[in-house]
Amino acid sequence: MGVWIMAGITFREAARKKILWTALLAGAAFLLVFGIGLRFQVGDFRNSAVPPFLRYQVISAMLMIGLYTVDLLAVVMTTLTSVDTISGEITSGTIHAIATKPLARWQILIGKWLGFVAMAGVYVAIMFWGAIAEGFFIGGVMAQHPVRGALLVFLECVMALSVTFMFGTWFSTLTSGVITLGLLGVAFLGGWLEQMSGFTEGSRLAMVGIISSLVMPSEAIWRRAAFEMESPLAGSLQFSPFADVSIPSGAMIFYACAYLLIALTIAVYHFRERDL
Amino acid sequence: MRKVFGGKVAVRDLTLAVPRGEIFGFLGPNGAGKSTSIKMLLGLAKPTSGEAFVLGAPSGNVEVRRKIGFLPENFRFYEWLTPAELLRLHGRLCGVDSVKLSKRVPALIELVGLTPHIDKRLQNFSKGMLQRIGLAQALIHEPEIIFLDEPTSGLDPLGRRMVRDIIRAQRDRGTTVFLNSHLLSEIEITCDQVVFIREGQVVTSRDMRTQQEEAVRLEIRARKLSPECVRGLTHWSDSVDVDEERLTMTTQSRESLPDILRYLVAAGADVYQFTPQRLSLEELFMGIMGEDRGF
Repeated sequence: MGVWIMAGITFREAARKKILWTALLAGAAFLLVFGIGLRFQVGDFRNSAVPPFLRYQVISAMLMIGLYTVDLLAVVMTTLTSVDTISGEITSGTIHAIATKPLARWQILIGKWLGFVAMAGVYVAIMFWGAIAEGFFIGGVMAQHPVRGALLVFLECVMALSVTFMFGTWFSTLTSGVITLGLLGVAFLGGWLEQMSGFTEGSRLAMVGIISSLVMPSEAIWRRAAFEMESPLAGSLQFSPFADVSIPSGAMIFYACAYLLIALTIAVYHFRERDL
Repeated sequence: MRKVFGGKVAVRDLTLAVPRGEIFGFLGPNGAGKSTSIKMLLGLAKPTSGEAFVLGAPSGNVEVRRKIGFLPENFRFYEWLTPAELLRLHGRLCGVDSVKLSKRVPALIELVGLTPHIDKRLQNFSKGMLQRIGLAQALIHEPEIIFLDEPTSGLDPLGRRMVRDIIRAQRDRGTTVFLNSHLLSEIEITCDQVVFIREGQVVTSRDMRTQQEEAVRLEIRARKLSPECVRGLTHWSDSVDVDEERLTMTTQSRESLPDILRYLVAAGADVYQFTPQRLSLEELFMGIMGEDRGF
């Protein structure tokens, strides 16, 4: 019961943060620009001699870029809204009135985590399906497996959330934010380096990408999501920046789930043991 | 209990017992380890060594927390809540059912004098108003023991009076009140018992209900006080100040007063005034802690 009360109040607390509304505003702006871009592209194609097959691939690539933007926005928004929920409340003393109630510490942490999971779910649902709808109704294209893609993007957000919580039980708000965003940056760079490695045989770049993915598997999860959503033809013909050059396997999804659970377990353990 | 942060000892060796149903004052200068001690009693911090029991269970026990209320110093909570929403939330966390909450919430808001502000959000509250609603949340589940950390620090005299009345009412219904406050005058008129701590150790305690074994300041007006007579008074006091006919001394027990009076008369002094005065808590505090300790 306590977990759900904490989840509810955290969801309401998160929903009042300016960063969420800023992210939603940015998301709305993105959807607007994306929709206009798609419309213009479709209009341009209508007056051109570009073959339908190529038109479809270009619009599909645009959709993938749009979904990638949604992915980045969602992960950053999840991290920034949740970064001070543990460390900030410890610093301000707000946590004292809660932690002296008949709740185990794990219930407080998991309740807060669930609140942010729900918020990330709503955000991903609005943004992801918004972009998919624009691709379908304006561009006339559809992702291959949109549900799988949405779930993987959501998994990425929950993973970033768990890492943020883990650092939040140790460090100040600013330090946890810097570390988490730094890790996401490493993953981003590593993911693209690994993608580049596909152009040459046996490139050492691949190793850099793999290690980065192990340190923080967020980008690898996106590339898996892109693989699930792209048409096999577009992927293999390299019509999009997320072509099938280096596809994370199903084991990487398993690794990301384990990574998430370990981060959350460490967060629960450390929050239980630490002084408030 | 003992608590060490890094190499710094915050609480050296705190040993105390708090009787049930009393208002217990916890006094000490800044840095004496009061807040850390309260945190250990509430399970917010773990002792480096030693242990504490609250209502018979180890401190921090989740089930016992149903019977504990706590008002932190500088109470803060989500500022977008109204007083009623905050109390309902804390009540639910304590397992109070909604039927009971529907009666308790407005009653408590009335009790702490916030009914005119019932629709305001906490972000518009002054420090004193936050202290009031913080006190209400500590009482929402009718606890058996309440820990109050500086409950009157942000309050005006009327607010302090209100808190004092609430504390006494709680004691009268059998609740134990553990009170940490810098306002010694408040402690003096509120508490049944106080302990003074310094560097995380109990220095002394005082039962505020009895006056028998307490230090007493004695003001005497007398003539024919010979130097030998004044010297003889040092038997009952370390310091005897004489200013012509006025004599001031402090004796450690009220029981010695008849002996002092008999001695003065036997020594041939004409006694016009013999006024024993109870030492204020502040004087006692300063005597124990020293005036230069930054209290």
